[in-house]
Amino acid sequence: MREITYRQALNEALAEELERDPNVFLMGEEVAEYHGAYKVSQGLLERFGPKRIIDTPISENGFAGLGVGAAMVGLRPIIEFMTFSFSLVAFDQIVNNAPNMFTMSGGQFNIPITFRGPNGPAHQLAATHSHATENFYASVPGLKVCTPATPRDAKGLLKTAVRDDNPVLVLEAELLYSSKGMVEPPDKELLIPLGKADVKREGSDVSIICYAQTVPLALKVASQLEEEDISAEVVDLRSIKPLDERAIFDSIAKTHRVVIVEQDHPFCGVGAEVCYRIQRSIFDALDAPILRVSQEDVPMPYNERLEKAVLPNAEKLIAAVKQVCYA
Amino acid sequence: MQRGEQRDEVEMLSLMLLIRRFEERASQQYQAQKIGGFCHLYIGQEAVVAGAVAAVRDDDYIITAYRDHAHALARGTSTDACMAELFGKETGCSRGLGGSMHFFNRQNHMYGGHAIVGAHVPLAVGMAFAIKYRGEDRVTLCFFGDGAINQGAFHEALNLGALYKLPIVFICENNLFAMGTSVKRSTSLKQIVDRTEGYDIPGEIVDGMNFREVRDKVAETVDSIRKEPHPAFLEVRTYRYRGHSMSDPASYRTKEELEKYRLDDPITRLRAQLTREGKLTNEQFDLLDKHAKETVLASVKFAEASPELPLEKLYDYTYADGAVAAGRLAVSDRARAADMAVTTEQKG
Repeated sequence: MREITYRQALNEALAEELERDPNVFLMGEEVAEYHGAYKVSQGLLERFGPKRIIDTPISENGFAGLGVGAAMVGLRPIIEFMTFSFSLVAFDQIVNNAPNMFTMSGGQFNIPITFRGPNGPAHQLAATHSHATENFYASVPGLKVCTPATPRDAKGLLKTAVRDDNPVLVLEAELLYSSKGMVEPPDKELLIPLGKADVKREGSDVSIICYAQTVPLALKVASQLEEEDISAEVVDLRSIKPLDERAIFDSIAKTHRVVIVEQDHPFCGVGAEVCYRIQRSIFDALDAPILRVSQEDVPMPYNERLEKAVLPNAEKLIAAVKQVCYA
Repeated sequence: MQRGEQRDEVEMLSLMLLIRRFEERASQQYQAQKIGGFCHLYIGQEAVVAGAVAAVRDDDYIITAYRDHAHALARGTSTDACMAELFGKETGCSRGLGGSMHFFNRQNHMYGGHAIVGAHVPLAVGMAFAIKYRGEDRVTLCFFGDGAINQGAFHEALNLGALYKLPIVFICENNLFAMGTSVKRSTSLKQIVDRTEGYDIPGEIVDGMNFREVRDKVAETVDSIRKEPHPAFLEVRTYRYRGHSMSDPASYRTKEELEKYRLDDPITRLRAQLTREGKLTNEQFDLLDKHAKETVLASVKFAEASPELPLEKLYDYTYADGAVAAGRLAVSDRARAADMAVTTEQKG
């Protein structure tokens, strides 16, 4: 194991998959000559050439559709969105064409495509550039959605996504690109299955269900709570769809108390679905109502103080944990 | 390579007849409520797809919009599979999951059947991208209507196709109406083909009621693309005799206009050309027509007798890697049982 950044981990995943399969190519805005708006594709143009690392004009709908068409005839495109906020311009291709093709063709055409890029609020980018899109896309049958929070998960999930025979969205965490973590050496194949959550910290009093940018938040809060003798278990979903119900239920069977901390909006957010599944399957295991911490239900303000107030934070999460623990 | 001129014209006339008789029968079955949803008929436009298909190889890629029955038939999909699809049966060309607007035939390189106007044009560009990526000499034919040319996806796709110099023929089947809106009311240009100038794509106008002209123009274009990959654009002027869909009485146009085009019927015209040249007798034509009618009628019987996809297979066509939906993967038996209970409840 060695320590690398989330950005490097993604870069390694891309390079390894491009190396492994000649049908894999990377396409998007500024991915080649500029090395990626967030430098995730650094060095790939030099290594794999312009045939496989392809700059596009600013035409998300066009190049997302191009990827779907190329996948129909057997290529395995990796389509980068500069941010998933811009993927909304390509919503029709991601929602109508990529996941529906397999059904509409009666199983003749699966679409082995990966859509990837940063997702979720960053810092003072305001409403148009701060979308957390996971709940939009997870509601579409035929799509798979994952949300890596650590370098290791980023690498392992992206590689799995590229090999998956379905459209997979890898929603990277914009604020975590420079974060560091331990990852297996490059000569050791790292694949992390979609639909497998990961207990990032064990605990016995309360389960904090989190993903993406809320994982470091949950871990920080868990450490703080330890000082107050509350033992929090941190369950990182890693994939929104498929959802690892078993991991969630196993944790709750142990702690009997749950807080879900999510980076999207509260109304029809990921936490709403998780809540439903918990109460439906293991209602008897609960000792307190489930609480959710999410964004406030407003478009993201630019103002820094207001933005902080909109986002989930340690204060809100601690308060929620204490409430479910009746502490 | 199988050059266009070598495709037998009588065979292509026979295809055009088959398309027309299929569409007439589909219309009748729709009225009899055997077919649900939307149903867009190709009657009047037969020379476009027949001419184009006659000019290309069987391994070239074809993709179209929702007026797609003819394209599937032209690519050798059986009338049985097409009619069964309209009836929503498992024996249909998309197992009854796609319906009229989503005909697919992977084996014969017919890539759908796409119902969001303009949204398949980027897909076609992606297929052409794959051809160039693999260094093949195939060509993609992308059909769409005059309504598609004002969609953003269309413009983005044309730019990408031109930028990457991809082997694709954009075939605009200009039947003068996007649903009920005439080209004059939808498009800022006097002629659609001029749109291509903005993308530095060569474009030509083709008489879509003339099989031979369509075939020869497509053949010429495709030959040029095979030598050096590039996009091309053909505005093929045609006319649909029926409304936009089955529910459209087409009151936005005059009877006189329709009659004018009927007099220029593509089947009548090719028949006359072949008869004049001594390649087809009236008896032979009648025989072809009789055969087409019988084939189509048999397909109705086939569709009626065919089974529907069983409910147990509902989840088999959502993800390519499993019979269960992602939301159901890796769940406990208890949760799965609860899921099933909820599903049953919703059905009830």
